[in-house]
Amino acid sequence: MISVDIKKRLGDFQLEAQFDAPMGVTAIFGQSGSGKTTVVNAVAGLLRPDAGRISVANNSLFDSSAAKDVPVQQRRIGYVFQDARLFPHVTVMRNLSYGGNHDADRIIEVLGLEALLDRMPAALSGGERQRVALGRALMCDPQVLLMDEPLAALDAPRKAEILPYIERLRDDVKIPMLYVSHDVSEVARLATTLVVMQKGKVATFGPVGQVLSSPEAVPLVGVRAAGAVISTKVAGRLLDDGLTELQFSGGRLVLPGILGVLGQTVRLRIPAQDVILAKTAPQGMSALNVLPVAITQIEQGRGPGVIVGLKAGDDHLLARVTRRSALRMELAVGQHIFAIIKATAVGPEDIGS
Amino acid sequence: MDALGPQEWTAIWLSLRVALVATLAALPVAIWVAYVLARKTFPGRQLLNGIVHLPLVLPPVVTGYLLLVLFGQQGPIGGILYQTFGISFAFRWTGAALAAAIMAFPLMVRAIRLGFEAVDPGLEDAAATLGASRWRIWRTVTLPLVVPGILAGAILGFAKALGEFGATITFVAAIPGQTQTIPTAIYGLLQVPGSEPAVLGLVTVSIILAMGALLLSEWLARRMAKRLGGK
Repeated sequence: MISVDIKKRLGDFQLEAQFDAPMGVTAIFGQSGSGKTTVVNAVAGLLRPDAGRISVANNSLFDSSAAKDVPVQQRRIGYVFQDARLFPHVTVMRNLSYGGNHDADRIIEVLGLEALLDRMPAALSGGERQRVALGRALMCDPQVLLMDEPLAALDAPRKAEILPYIERLRDDVKIPMLYVSHDVSEVARLATTLVVMQKGKVATFGPVGQVLSSPEAVPLVGVRAAGAVISTKVAGRLLDDGLTELQFSGGRLVLPGILGVLGQTVRLRIPAQDVILAKTAPQGMSALNVLPVAITQIEQGRGPGVIVGLKAGDDHLLARVTRRSALRMELAVGQHIFAIIKATAVGPEDIGS
Repeated sequence: MDALGPQEWTAIWLSLRVALVATLAALPVAIWVAYVLARKTFPGRQLLNGIVHLPLVLPPVVTGYLLLVLFGQQGPIGGILYQTFGISFAFRWTGAALAAAIMAFPLMVRAIRLGFEAVDPGLEDAAATLGASRWRIWRTVTLPLVVPGILAGAILGFAKALGEFGATITFVAAIPGQTQTIPTAIYGLLQVPGSEPAVLGLVTVSIILAMGALLLSEWLARRMAKRLGGK
């Protein structure tokens, strides 16, 4: 577990961050300038907070009250920078082994680096560079992995190439990770815990499903990016149609594509703007997914939209409808209605394992 | 090269020795000063910068005179060096090397400093997160990346040292076989009628040495760029 409680003043910018990151991936989410990188640099020891405490797995790394400040070199952190920062004058192999050779064979295999070992960094693509950077960080046997927007400089296909590697690491490597991002679908896919930062402060933090599925988080995330995250299990395949049936506490969803083997856990982000509400069970519609839900919350935004919090079984969903529709339908908290999700609304970037 | 008599050849070899020794002796100091100026902030940084650049802006004769005062056998620094180590600069080739080193120093520092400023400190941070000590970071990341700048500085310094005239002739005069370098030899020959062939020979050698140094630095720089470019 990573425990952070720090204050830092940088010119006019005042950072005050306090959160606990359990095992798994903790995403630090926020707009540029919200202080995400500052937090990660403080954990790494590249930036000294004015006051506070930082500890990893009960080892204190920084404590202003005890005048403790472990030097970067001794913190045993793996840091993957946005710009990779590979040493340009040595080969991939020498980059990888710079910090150590911990579990080298397996890391090289998992990240698919065999073919790159003799190359110079300048001869790598952006995606390859980030994979090498990731391998280099892991081979120094870190007790925590820090990733500062490792995919921000990559285009969509390159992102799609690296995300599965990071998912695999999350599930295989038993070290906590801090993952800085401003991309909500990345966060929804990878994170177990979410810290939302705004203007140097932690606006909210908690399990990713809980934070993203609460209407209060919508203004922090942005209305277009808002959407609940639910965990589902593959319940069956409709092979003839190329569809997968997913089971969760609120019912069944049918989505296009082969999303996994039977019984596998699949994580879905359902964008709020792709959920349609109906007072009665609709008939004669093309949408495959109709879920009975209860309204838990109705949040008026500043714009023409209204965010409706829904409970489906034990899971929470979000829907974004216009204020006009909300009034006409006389939506109210406690009502039992139906949520309709078009099968193609959930894009491949929103599906993780 | 028939025009070159034994005295001219002596001047050529002496010039090469003086320039080489001056460059090699000044280089470690220049690297350190360039690093400090590029990376550290401390009170007196501007003062240090000023002192380093002084030989570049002072009349060389003034620098030569100051060397004579400070490093002469009775001078405050020269006296101590002579009495404790038996090292003497006055009117010896070592004095010519000292003058050349002092005059080449600012040029070397400037070139190497640019090299340090071109190294991304982020790479050093990355090395630190990987557990490398400051010394290891310096040795394995900073120094290799600044090698092109160091080479450029060294070659520039060597060329300057080969051509140094004012400070050298003021400090150690132009004693054939002792302190007479190519430039002071050319100057001396120009005072004697009928020595044009020897002057022409020395001028040709000067041009060859300067061009050689320049081509060598270009070639090294391209080799470096190729390595870093991964082609």
